[in-house]
Amino acid sequence: MTITPSQTVGPFFAHALPYPHDWELVPPGHPGAVTLEGRVLDGAGDPVPDALLELWLGRTGDRGALRRGDGGVSGFGRCATEPDGTYRFRTAPPAGPYLSLQIFARGLLRSVLTRVYLEDVPDPLLDGLDPARRATLLATRSGDTHRFDVRLQGEGETVFLDF
Amino acid sequence: MSHPPYLSPGYRSTLLRAPAHPPVPFTADPDTIELTSPVFGHDEVGALDHDLTRRHAGEPIGERIIVTGRVLDDTGRPLRGTLVELWQANSAGRYAHDLDRHPAPLDPCFTGAGRCLTDDEGRYRFVTIKPGAYPWRNHPNAWRPAHLHFSVFGTAFTQRLVTQMYFPGDPLMPFDPVLQSIPDAAARERLVSSFSLDVTEPEWALGYTFDIVLGRTPVENP
Repeated sequence: MTITPSQTVGPFFAHALPYPHDWELVPPGHPGAVTLEGRVLDGAGDPVPDALLELWLGRTGDRGALRRGDGGVSGFGRCATEPDGTYRFRTAPPAGPYLSLQIFARGLLRSVLTRVYLEDVPDPLLDGLDPARRATLLATRSGDTHRFDVRLQGEGETVFLDF
Repeated sequence: MSHPPYLSPGYRSTLLRAPAHPPVPFTADPDTIELTSPVFGHDEVGALDHDLTRRHAGEPIGERIIVTGRVLDDTGRPLRGTLVELWQANSAGRYAHDLDRHPAPLDPCFTGAGRCLTDDEGRYRFVTIKPGAYPWRNHPNAWRPAHLHFSVFGTAFTQRLVTQMYFPGDPLMPFDPVLQSIPDAAARERLVSSFSLDVTEPEWALGYTFDIVLGRTPVENP
């Protein structure tokens, strides 16, 4: 069968897709929790204030992905960017070196899929990349906070994946 | 190719947001987390979440419609229990969103957001009202055709799809840079729902059908 084409998420999803505590995959104070934060930037280096990010750890937690606030753990999170283009997730560390991140926005006719590596380790994907672009998938760490900017276009453009 | 290219100059917002590099092809291995997808339980979706006309004290203004279809993979296999989210403008073409400045009335009885899980045949069903067309600032006298936004998960994070469903015969479709960003006419046609007298409920609501076919998972397409 022929697949259904993608279309942009558009600018007006904030009344529909975000849900309470969507960015918190684990509750505050969860042992080992890490914060992932950064900005989404366009080809002019300007912040993208209307992007939606989805984070996936590759495993489902002990609570549902849509219902939050019961102290459990989830493997899926969602975060709409702020007017300054920032986003934030609080999550348990992934089982491997990376987390999967998918980005939707006005002007993106199809989502982009990337990986956030919390550690620079030998890895089949990282090792196959142009060394100049490899750094775009590496988060920078400061304490329990990992910083990862998504550059949709231009200088330092993030590596996006096609499986 | 079904999907639109990232860069589609007629849709102005793509100019600074379309990646310049093509996506890097990557062959998945069994540990690749993108081959799995979040699972959503029936206890997470409310009994009325699929009915956008019953979320407030009164009924929304507009033409009541039923929209139903199946979520399938490209072999025709139904995707069971997958989450489908829907959002839209109201019948006057206005979103219940703080930044929508279209001078059309908001409807206190309509938010325009719903969700449901597909059944054992991969079927979803929403009750809502037909959204209105609305102007946008992409180019002079630009209007979006009436559309519903859909978000579907599938069984792999790589299958994740956000798209828009259109209504048959809408005269704005040929002028819409978002729909026309899809180069192939047959692929564009797959985003246009069909009117269905079978789905239509007498004395109550018009019915439309819209099937959604997700791409292969990488394992099936080595």
